[in-house]
Amino acid sequence: MNVKKTTLFNLHKKHGAKFVNFAGYEMPIQYKDGIIAEHNMTRKKSGIFDVSHMGQLFIKGKDDLTENLQKILPTDLKKLSINQSKYSFLMKENGGIYDDLIITKIEDGYMIILNAACKENDLSIIKSKLDSKFELILRDDLSLVAIQGPESKDILEKIIKGVKKIKFMNGNKFSFNSEDIYITRSGYTGEDGFEISIKNNSVNKLVEKMIELGSNLIGLGARDTLRLEAGLCLYGHDINEETSPIEANLKWAISKNRINDEFTGAKEIKRQFDEGVKKIRVGIKPDSRVIARESTKIFDEKNNQIGKITSGTFGPSVNGPIAMGYVSNLFSKSNTKVFLEVRGKKIPASICDLPFYKKNYVKGEVDVRS
Amino acid sequence: MSEVKFSKEHEWVTVADDIATIGITKHATEQLGDIVFTELPDKGSNVEKDKTAGVVESTKAASDVYTPISGEVVDINQSIVDDPSKINLDPEGSAWFFKLKIKDKSEIDTLMSREEYEKFAKESSS
Repeated sequence: MNVKKTTLFNLHKKHGAKFVNFAGYEMPIQYKDGIIAEHNMTRKKSGIFDVSHMGQLFIKGKDDLTENLQKILPTDLKKLSINQSKYSFLMKENGGIYDDLIITKIEDGYMIILNAACKENDLSIIKSKLDSKFELILRDDLSLVAIQGPESKDILEKIIKGVKKIKFMNGNKFSFNSEDIYITRSGYTGEDGFEISIKNNSVNKLVEKMIELGSNLIGLGARDTLRLEAGLCLYGHDINEETSPIEANLKWAISKNRINDEFTGAKEIKRQFDEGVKKIRVGIKPDSRVIARESTKIFDEKNNQIGKITSGTFGPSVNGPIAMGYVSNLFSKSNTKVFLEVRGKKIPASICDLPFYKKNYVKGEVDVRS
Repeated sequence: MSEVKFSKEHEWVTVADDIATIGITKHATEQLGDIVFTELPDKGSNVEKDKTAGVVESTKAASDVYTPISGEVVDINQSIVDDPSKINLDPEGSAWFFKLKIKDKSEIDTLMSREEYEKFAKESSS
């Protein structure tokens, strides 16, 4: 298969990017200053992420589209006002997750942001389940850029007036380079920020402007340390077709008034809601500085395996190793002592609450730092 | 002090009398990125040429550190365990990993000169 490139490829190259193949795309993993510097830049100032490899699916339709989509997604879409976004899932009948996504209600339908590795499969699943009268387009004429971190709102406001007024998990249409663009206040770093959907032919100009105003390009390496510190799941690692949203501790993303409703996976989700689950996603912190990576086995004090790590790295803002994984429900309480098998040794660790790093989301003009 | 020698696993060695000082090369640190964890062999343990003698981890991944020659570990650099970022700053100087009492001096002859290593590193990373 040919490796694809995003429109910003040459700009990444110019800024000294090292590339990796990610979901069939040649993506920057880091730039000259390295992952930790990029991580800290995002937490303290502002970082730019090229997420154009992600799918931007547009579905056109009116009220009956909402009805139809509700049969696929566990989210109360009727309650969504125009320009409001929700985190949701595309599920299997058994509750396993095909993909996690952000759905936004727009004037003539919905916009759905999908993971790069899943987008083609997602499209065919949604297509097969929706009435054929609805038009579905996976747009490859659009790029997607995130700007994240405390200084991002001021930087973006200088380029596009009015963005500061957008509330968290909401969006709006704006104009740049005489072209319509769509901006949501969202992201995947645990920081305040925006995601901008923009025509490929304007994206270089926008990103260059952001850099000029003091933001910095950030690679996938820091994106991973940032999202893990924020306790956010990476599809294909922390969630997949074998894990349900309930097991993934993402219950909050299933609308309460829809638990008894019909949607793909509803029966199993309801059962798990009522009866509980055997395994659940937790945060895990090694007591020492040893890093426990993905697939590390988790043991109890009696040396019984009780789970497995799904993401593990060094958290620059935490200044120590952090991990997430699934453990048997009995061991999921915060501060439970567990052991991680790293290079043949059992290292002590504790189950802990997520996130590792407090989120700094901002609800529009008002700062709601907790 | 002898000239510095290099291994294919990207370690460097200098020898003074029968003591060898071993670390990882600048090229290796550039490939690894920010180093955030280091594990060194125990003092007093014996390590064998081309076998694992430690670990370095970056934010991205873990990598074994091999010893390019055999011997008894007589000293370790605790400062790089306490602050692994020192390895990125001065890999071929103050951020040495461990010192060995050399078992077999002829093992040194199997290693590369700086010139040979630089050529090797360039080819292996392209």
